[in-house]
Amino acid sequence: MTDKKFSLKRLFEFYDEVLSLPHKNEVARELRDEDDLFLLLVYSDLLGIPNPAFYYTLELYPYIIEKFHDWHLRMGMEKSPLDGIRCC
Amino acid sequence: MSAIWLAVGGMIIFTLGYKYYSKFIAEKIYRLDPNFKTPAHQYKDGVDFVPTNKFVLWGHHFTSVAGAAPIVGPAIAVYWGWLPAILWVLLGTVFAAGVHDFGTLVLSVRNKGQSVGTLADKLIGQRAKVLFLFIILLLVLMVNAVFAWVIANLFISFPASVLSVFIQIPLAIWIGYSVYKRKGNMLLPSIVALAVMYLAAVVASGVPALQIDLVRYFGGEGASVLFGLDATSMAFFVWIMVLMIYVYIASTLPVWKLLQPRDYINSHQLLVGLGLLYLGMLFTNPEITAPVSNSSADTSWFPLLFITIACGAISGFHGLVASGTSSKQLNKETDARFVGYLGAVGEGALALVAIIAVITFFPSTAEFSATYSGFAAASGEGLGVFIQGAGVLASGLGIPASVAATIVSVIVVSFAATTLDSSVRLMRYIIAELGTEYNVKPLTKTHVATTVAVVSSACLTLIPEGPNGFGSGGYLLWPLFGTSNQLLAGISLLLISIWLKRQGRNYWPAFIPMAFLMFMTLYAMILQVLTQWAPWAEQSDWLLFSFGAIVLVFALWILFTAFSAIFNSDKDSIEKSA
Repeated sequence: MTDKKFSLKRLFEFYDEVLSLPHKNEVARELRDEDDLFLLLVYSDLLGIPNPAFYYTLELYPYIIEKFHDWHLRMGMEKSPLDGIRCC
Repeated sequence: MSAIWLAVGGMIIFTLGYKYYSKFIAEKIYRLDPNFKTPAHQYKDGVDFVPTNKFVLWGHHFTSVAGAAPIVGPAIAVYWGWLPAILWVLLGTVFAAGVHDFGTLVLSVRNKGQSVGTLADKLIGQRAKVLFLFIILLLVLMVNAVFAWVIANLFISFPASVLSVFIQIPLAIWIGYSVYKRKGNMLLPSIVALAVMYLAAVVASGVPALQIDLVRYFGGEGASVLFGLDATSMAFFVWIMVLMIYVYIASTLPVWKLLQPRDYINSHQLLVGLGLLYLGMLFTNPEITAPVSNSSADTSWFPLLFITIACGAISGFHGLVASGTSSKQLNKETDARFVGYLGAVGEGALALVAIIAVITFFPSTAEFSATYSGFAAASGEGLGVFIQGAGVLASGLGIPASVAATIVSVIVVSFAATTLDSSVRLMRYIIAELGTEYNVKPLTKTHVATTVAVVSSACLTLIPEGPNGFGSGGYLLWPLFGTSNQLLAGISLLLISIWLKRQGRNYWPAFIPMAFLMFMTLYAMILQVLTQWAPWAEQSDWLLFSFGAIVLVFALWILFTAFSAIFNSDKDSIEKSA
């Protein structure tokens, strides 16, 4: 930030950034909670909860597999709960 | 003497404190390491742990810690004259608050971003953590009661401010939704919201029909309403009930819906308030009319001054913010000096201008002494005097004094309301945590915990009897609020001292303010509990006596536990982590 030239626009951006910091975190938390629920639904069949849309959710795996490790850690599972996915 | 000199002198002391003392603390005592991997990087998750630019983090830290408390305390403490109040604010900020806020931030950063409560557990033991929770519980209970009284009192004294404050609620909800659902920008809507609020304040100042004046509705001062209550008591009762219902709803809603958008609007207000006061002071060049010191005080300044001004000189609440959120967002460990120390300086600057607004308001010393005739009168009137004084300062910018006073009261009520929201929420969390600790399942439920929090706060606000009867004596709790706040700061400084000692470093810069603070707090407490509030004393008061005694017992207990820890050479995991 300091290496950029000072301007009024930059000042407003900085001011906005200061004030919106906690809100960004809360909105991110809210969105992450929604995502977590969605991931639970997607992985539900592998966790033993019958899921009629299993074949469709299977198609999503390549897109969400990267999030899987963080998700199971957040859900309080230190190791991957699924035999099929061995992230750690 | 012109008050500008006081402001300039204060700023010079703050600058020297930051430039030299905080540098000494950073290099020789806390030994900050620019290469240390902070929790923001170590546990980066995009939500709680986010590396943040130090200017942005300072801004956020400052707006979180600054509220109505650094205004209320100084406005009361000028009763002993302006010199003791100014000296305590300046020296307290430089040597105690700076070291405390900076230290809790570093201590938390060196320990995975954990809060002071958890660190008390690690450094002193499990019992300390539970005691710590009880002290925070008492603190937030006092905050709820005192700030509910502050708001009710301002609604009654400045009825023109009510409309603006209530308009803020739907505006905040609208902003919250627009940001969350449409990922909109907050800056413009919040400035529009602020403009609407101030417009409402200006209009209401001139149109009595828009002033929600409950005392007038109940037939004017002295009129008997119901159950033998007069109009003022009834107005206090109704406002406190309305506020309690509001905080119940506000503290159970998700934070992004109401609390944070309100915070956002209030952050502008902090800037508006500071700007109005400092710029207004330059233009009006006010003379100090209050006495330098008060030799005929009915209550001695020693040691009560040190608990009357809590926030603004040193406050334990800052440690909760520093270790609770700021430590998780610190980009580099060396940024802690800027964020922590300057955060305390910002609060000191607010307290300084609050003192100036009060000591320049009266046309003569005699009028000051007539209003500040005793400590009880000062406690009841101080905040109202600040608002009128701030109105006079702001009139230097061309705003009529009555309109400026309404705007300042809107600002103070908004701060107090945000503090009340957060503190009821915090109380709910603590009750739930104590419920888990002692295995009382119902207490862990949101609505049960919130009901306990709200009902106990409402009772505590309504019980003390002031000059206007039932509900108007909330200010009597102010010394208790100051005590629990200072106690918390003292314990945090003690934790920092223990940590420094175990590192084999010089721990005196943290130990000396801790010893000073603990001595003053305990001395003031013993004096008040045993000679003022006790059943055998003249002004005996069971409520204050019981609360004071509980705080005192907790304080002594945690001190003994902590002192046995400080001299205990048994080193634990905390040292390895540092």
